[in-house]
Amino acid sequence: MKDKNEPNISAQIGEADTWLDKGKTLIRQNKLAALSALIILLIILAAVFAPVVAPYDHLQQSLTDRLKDPSAAHLLGTDELGRDVLSRIIFGARISLTIGLVPTLISMAIGTILGLFAGFYGGKTDFAIMRLADVMLAFPSLLLAMVVMYTMGGGLINIFIALSLVNWASTARIVRAQTLSLKEKEFVEAAKSVGVKKHVIMFRHILPNCLPSLIVLFTLNIPSAILSEASLSFLGIGAQPPSASWGLMAVRGKKYLFSEPWLSIAPSVAIMIVVLAFNFLGDGLRDVLDPYLKEQ
Amino acid sequence: MNEQLLQANSNAHEANTELVLDIRNLKSHFFTAKGVVPAVDGVSIQVPPGKIIGIVGESGCGKSMTAMSVMGLLRYPGKIVGGSIILSGKEITHIRPKELAKIRGNEISMIFQEPMTSLNPVYPIGHQVREAILLHQKISKEEAKNRVIDIFRAVGIPEPQKRYYSFPHQLSGGLRQRVMIGMAMVCRPKVMIADEPTTALDVTIEAQILRLMKKLCEEQGTSIILITHNMGVVAEICDYVYVMYAGKVMEQAETFTLFEKNSHPYTQGLLKSIPKLDEKTDRLYTIDGVVPNLLHLPEGCSFCTRCSQAQKRCFSEKPYLYETGQNHGVRCFQYESGVHLDGK
Amino acid sequence: MENNIQTAEKNSRKKILLEAKNLVKEFPAGRNKGKSLVVHAISHVDLTLYEGETLALVGESGCGKSTLGRVLIRLLEATSGQICFDGKNIVEMNESAFSPYRKQMQIIFQDPYASLNPRMSVKQIIEEPLVTYGMRDKKEREMRVKALMKEVGIAEEFYNRYPHQFSGGQRQRIGIARAIALNPKLIICDEPVSALDVSIQSQVLNLLKDLQERYRLTYLFISHDLSVVKFIANRVCVMFLGCICEIGPTESLYEHPLHPYTRFLLNAIPKADPKLRSQEKELLSGELPSPINPPPGCRFHTRCPYARDICSQQAPCRKEINGREVFCHFPLED
Repeated sequence: MKDKNEPNISAQIGEADTWLDKGKTLIRQNKLAALSALIILLIILAAVFAPVVAPYDHLQQSLTDRLKDPSAAHLLGTDELGRDVLSRIIFGARISLTIGLVPTLISMAIGTILGLFAGFYGGKTDFAIMRLADVMLAFPSLLLAMVVMYTMGGGLINIFIALSLVNWASTARIVRAQTLSLKEKEFVEAAKSVGVKKHVIMFRHILPNCLPSLIVLFTLNIPSAILSEASLSFLGIGAQPPSASWGLMAVRGKKYLFSEPWLSIAPSVAIMIVVLAFNFLGDGLRDVLDPYLKEQ
Repeated sequence: MNEQLLQANSNAHEANTELVLDIRNLKSHFFTAKGVVPAVDGVSIQVPPGKIIGIVGESGCGKSMTAMSVMGLLRYPGKIVGGSIILSGKEITHIRPKELAKIRGNEISMIFQEPMTSLNPVYPIGHQVREAILLHQKISKEEAKNRVIDIFRAVGIPEPQKRYYSFPHQLSGGLRQRVMIGMAMVCRPKVMIADEPTTALDVTIEAQILRLMKKLCEEQGTSIILITHNMGVVAEICDYVYVMYAGKVMEQAETFTLFEKNSHPYTQGLLKSIPKLDEKTDRLYTIDGVVPNLLHLPEGCSFCTRCSQAQKRCFSEKPYLYETGQNHGVRCFQYESGVHLDGK
Repeated sequence: MENNIQTAEKNSRKKILLEAKNLVKEFPAGRNKGKSLVVHAISHVDLTLYEGETLALVGESGCGKSTLGRVLIRLLEATSGQICFDGKNIVEMNESAFSPYRKQMQIIFQDPYASLNPRMSVKQIIEEPLVTYGMRDKKEREMRVKALMKEVGIAEEFYNRYPHQFSGGQRQRIGIARAIALNPKLIICDEPVSALDVSIQSQVLNLLKDLQERYRLTYLFISHDLSVVKFIANRVCVMFLGCICEIGPTESLYEHPLHPYTRFLLNAIPKADPKLRSQEKELLSGELPSPINPPPGCRFHTRCPYARDICSQQAPCRKEINGREVFCHFPLED
C-alpha cells in the first residue's frame, strides 16, 4: 500500500535519473553489486590481456614440473602435464566469458524478437510462440543441450548453438509481458495517430523501453550459461582438450582430488566467483533499473 | 493596526485554544544522489480542534511531504531534520515506531488519493475495517461488526449489511473513498489528514465526499487537514488555509480572508489564473515560468523568478513570514512591517 | 433567447468539418454464464463539428467521452455508424485511403508523462509525423521542428533533450508541437490540462487558444472540468453513460441547463469563492450505473430526481429548444 502512495522524488525535483545517477545510486545502495561489477571488470581485463597477465603460457607443458604444489613460482601449482594452473585459469576466463556472453546474446535476441511479435500482434501469433516457449521451459534445458551436442558433436561453436537454443524462452516471456503493457501506453497511441508503421512502432517505441529489463536479464542469464558450459564439459561433451575451459579443468583434476586438490578446486572457485558476481550485479541492477521485473 | 495589539491577538489565539496538532518549523529533507532536496523547509501549521485546515499548493510544494512527516511515513532517502510535531501536547517527532503505530489510526489517521491502493484486494471491506477496530479496541468480533455497519451507514454507504462482504474491486471509486474515510474514523481520531481525497473522483462524487467530511468534522469534532491543489475545494469546506510553495508556507489566512484579501503575489496569481465559471475572458492570467527545481532554488525568495512584483532584494534575501492582520501571515517583503511568525 | 437563435443560424451557415451519425462503440467484456458481455461505451451518438469551433465533450469518467474522441479519428474502430470528414465517410476506408485524412486529425493526450516516448529526444518526437509523411530532407525537417518548438514556447536549444528533462507543462507543449506538425484541421484534446498544475494550466490553455486562431484549428475538447470548458469552448456537449444529454452554445448552456444532469454537474463544481458555499446546494446522489447493463429508457433515470414512469421505459428523442438540442422527456424550464 505504501509504495503507491509514496511520493516520487524524481518527479518532484523535475528531473528523472540519468544513467550516471543510477550508477551512483547503485554504488550507494548496494555495495555488494558495486564490488561485483569491479570483480567482473577485472576478470574481463585479465581475459583480454591474458598473454600479458598470465605468468606462463597456458599450453606449455613441462613434464619435469608435473603436479607441483602451489609455490612462489606456480601460485596455484601445476597440473598433470606440468602446465601452470593460474595461467590456465586466466586463459580459461576467455572461454568462460565467451560462453557466457555469446550464447546469451543470441538466445536473448531470439527471445526478444519472438516476445515482441507475440505481445504486439497477439492472437494466433501470440498463441503459437508462447506455447513453443512453454514447451522449451518444460523441457530440462541441460538434457536438451546434451541432445544437441551428441548429435552435432563437441566443440565451442556447437556449445554456442546448443545454449542459444535452450535459453530464449524466458526472455520471450518477459519481453512479451512488457510489450503488452507498453503497447497500451499513450506514446504508442500517439505514434499510431500520426500513422507510424507497425514495425517502426515495435522497434522504435516498444523495444527501447524494454532495454532496462533486458540488461538485467542479460546479467542474470550469463552465469547460467557459464554453468551449463561447465556441466557439459564435465560430462565430456563440452570444450575439448587441450583448451583451458574451467569445467574441463575441474573434471581433469578429479583424478587427483585427494592428492592434489587445487587442480579441481581452483577452477571451481573461479566459476563460483564469476557466477556469484554476475548474480549480485544482476540483483543490484534490477533494484535500480527495473522495479517492474522485481515484482515478478 | 497597532503592532502590539496584533501580537496580543495572535498570542491569545495560541494560548486560549488548545491545539490538537502543532507543527513547528518542520524540516524534512531528501538526500538524493543529486543533492539534498528541502521538500519541507521550516513549515509551521496549527490545527485547533474541530476545524478543517487546508494546505494548497502545486506539485512539489511539499504539502504531501508535510503529511508524510507527521504520520511518520517518511522513508529513505527522506528524513525529518528539524522542528517538532506536537500531537495533543505530546511530542511525536522522533517517537519509536511501536508507539507511533499506537497513535496512528487511534489519534491521527490519514486517507489517500487512490483508495484502491490502500485496501487489500483479497479481503472483504467489512473485515478490513473490523480489523482496524480490533487493533485499537478490546471488543468482541460481533460488536466490532456492528460498529463497522454503523460506520458504513454514517459515511453514507448504501445497504451496509450487504456491502460488509463486498470486495474492494466491487465498489466504485466514490464508495471506496467512503470506506477509507470510515476506516480512518473508526477510533474517532483527533486529526484526520486527507491527501487529495477527491482528486481521483468525479465532480458529483467529489461534492458528496466533501459534504461527508464536513459533516464528520462538525458532528464528531475531528479536525481535518485537507491537502489539495484545488482552490475550489478549499473555498468549499476549509476554515483556515496554508498556501505552500517550494517547501515553504507562502501565505496563511482564514479562508474568507485568503480569497478576499490575498496578499502574496503567488496566491494572487494562482487565484487569478483559474478559469471562473461566472466570467467570460479571452485570455487567462498566467504565472510565468515553471515550478522550480528544489535542488536549484533561487538564493532569495523561492518565488522571485516567477514573481511579477519582484524587486532586487527578493533575489538575494529570504523573506520571513510577516503578520499582516489577524491570523494572516505573508512571506513577502511587501509586508515587512509585520511581526515575524517564523520559528515562534 | 434571440441570441440562441442567432447562433443556431450561424451554425447552420458554418461549414461542417466532421459529422458522426448513429455511432456505436462496444467493447467485449468477457463472458458470464456462457453469454458474452459487452460494454456499451457509445450508444447511437450523432455529433457535428463545425470548422474553426471548439466543441467540448464533458461528463464523468466512464461516460464514453474519451472513447468517442478516439473513435472519431479512428484510433479505435467504430462498431457501427458513419463518420464523415470533409464529406467523405472515413469508417470503411482502408489504411492507405485513410492516410491523407489521418494527417488532418491529431490528438493531444492527458498524461504528459505517458504520451512521450522516454527514449526519444524532443527532435525525434516532433519529427516523427514529418518522417512518416515523407519529409525526407534533413535540413528542412530540422527547420520545421525548430519552428514548431518556437511556436509552442520551447527554447530551440532543448532540441536534443529527452522528455525526462522537462516538467509536465513543457512536455505537454512538446505533445502539442507533435500534434500540429502536420498542419491538421482537427485536434482532439483529451483532457490536455487536467494533469497539470494550476499555474501551468492557464499557460497551456492560452497556448491552445492562440494556436487555434493562428491555424484555424477545430478542437474537440474532452474534459471533466467545467470551468476550463467555460473558458475555451464555443459549444458544449454533455454526455452520460455513452449517450448525449444535451448540446448547446456554452453561455446559454451554463446559464440555463436544459437537462437535469447538466444542472447537477454545474452545481457540484467546487467554486473558488467561499461566499458561495453557504448556499445549500442540491447534490446528485448515487453512483454511475454499469455500462454493461445500462438502465433501460433514459440512462440517467436511476439518478434523476425528476424521473417519471416514461423515463424508465422509453429513451428520450432529440428535442430542439431555442436552437439547442436536448435528450430528455422533461427538459428543465427556466
